[in-house]
Amino acid sequence: MGPELPLLCVENLACERAGRRLLSNLSFELHSGDFFDLRGANGAGKSSLLRLLAGLGEKAEGDFTIREGFHYVGHQDSLKAVLTVRENLTFWADVQGGGNVDKALIAFSLKPLADERAALLSQGQKRRLALSRLALQSRGVWLLDEPTVGLDTQSLQQLRDLIAGHLNSGNVLLAATHADLGIAPRQTIMLGKP
Amino acid sequence: MRRAFVSIIKRDVALALRQGGGLGAAVSFIMAFLVLVPLALGPDQNTLQRFAPGLMWLALLLAVMLTTERIFQQDYEDGTMDLLATVELPLELVCLAKALAHLVTVSLPMAIIAPVLGILLNLEATLLPVLLASMIPGALALSMIAAIVGAVTAGLRRGALIVPLLVLPLYVPIIIFGVSAATSALTPAGAMPSVLVLTGIALITLVIQPWASAAALRAYFR
Repeated sequence: MGPELPLLCVENLACERAGRRLLSNLSFELHSGDFFDLRGANGAGKSSLLRLLAGLGEKAEGDFTIREGFHYVGHQDSLKAVLTVRENLTFWADVQGGGNVDKALIAFSLKPLADERAALLSQGQKRRLALSRLALQSRGVWLLDEPTVGLDTQSLQQLRDLIAGHLNSGNVLLAATHADLGIAPRQTIMLGKP
Repeated sequence: MRRAFVSIIKRDVALALRQGGGLGAAVSFIMAFLVLVPLALGPDQNTLQRFAPGLMWLALLLAVMLTTERIFQQDYEDGTMDLLATVELPLELVCLAKALAHLVTVSLPMAIIAPVLGILLNLEATLLPVLLASMIPGALALSMIAAIVGAVTAGLRRGALIVPLLVLPLYVPIIIFGVSAATSALTPAGAMPSVLVLTGIALITLVIQPWASAAALRAYFR
């Protein structure tokens, strides 16, 4: 049996935004069960790195590999106000090629709100709905951008439980946070302005 | 992938029906247009009859233009487009699905309603099937062009301002051959050549649209 391949492998990655170099010569590997925390001041390139890894940016140099698929949750909740909570999740389950909507509703206690329109949800509830997409379908790599924003204590604990289950199943997490997720990262990557 | 493609069309149709801004706004617009035209041109039946086919096409073009900005902008602003760009379904097919949803919810119903409402302008009954036959491929072309321009302007704050500038040159051949179909229907040449040209334009836009819209959206992601 050969050595275990990393689920996320970043090699000498560099990216630019509006002609300004945000990241350069960035290399790291996430192996089964790893959680890496991205830290840095505003504008340091945390979101840009996550977007780049999600295929929403263009690399200036280097390369990266993602195995076993990924989930990306950005700053925005990507919800449709006129659709119900269940309809929003069902849409993403269909688009992702399948998923367990009921499991996702339970993950963040959204079952009682399943038939409410997303427009009626509070900001925190909308964030929970956005995060519940993670529970639709298992993917090897999670790329989370400030996932804790707007969450109350109970929801934060539910997110911790979800992340713990994800990592214990041999998957990996790369998250940009300013708040403490409550799970010790194996490594913190400090991004700074060049 | 087929499931993802169909679910995008179904979701966009549901959004258009529930929000009411797409088809509802277009129908209101076309009704207002048809009520005001006789007031602007005068009550002379012959004048109205002469201009009716051109006015019907004009109403259809303007109604589609009204909804052009909405095709991608909302998804772009709320982050949905970011996630749609990360799914297994190629972005080109995502764009095609959204264009087809626009066709189903706006252009096609308008293309069917407009000739019928043309009776208000004293449109000759014999021209109704000709208008319908030309407006259906015309509607397909209009939706595909609208989806290209909608993608180009998706990330612009005041995209609505440049939509007419981008759309008008592309709509010119459609209105020329659309009106030509109606005016030549009573000549020996008949309407068929113009309808075939419109169908050709529709098929070309159908092929170009997915790539053009996806390229425009990718430019915003960079």
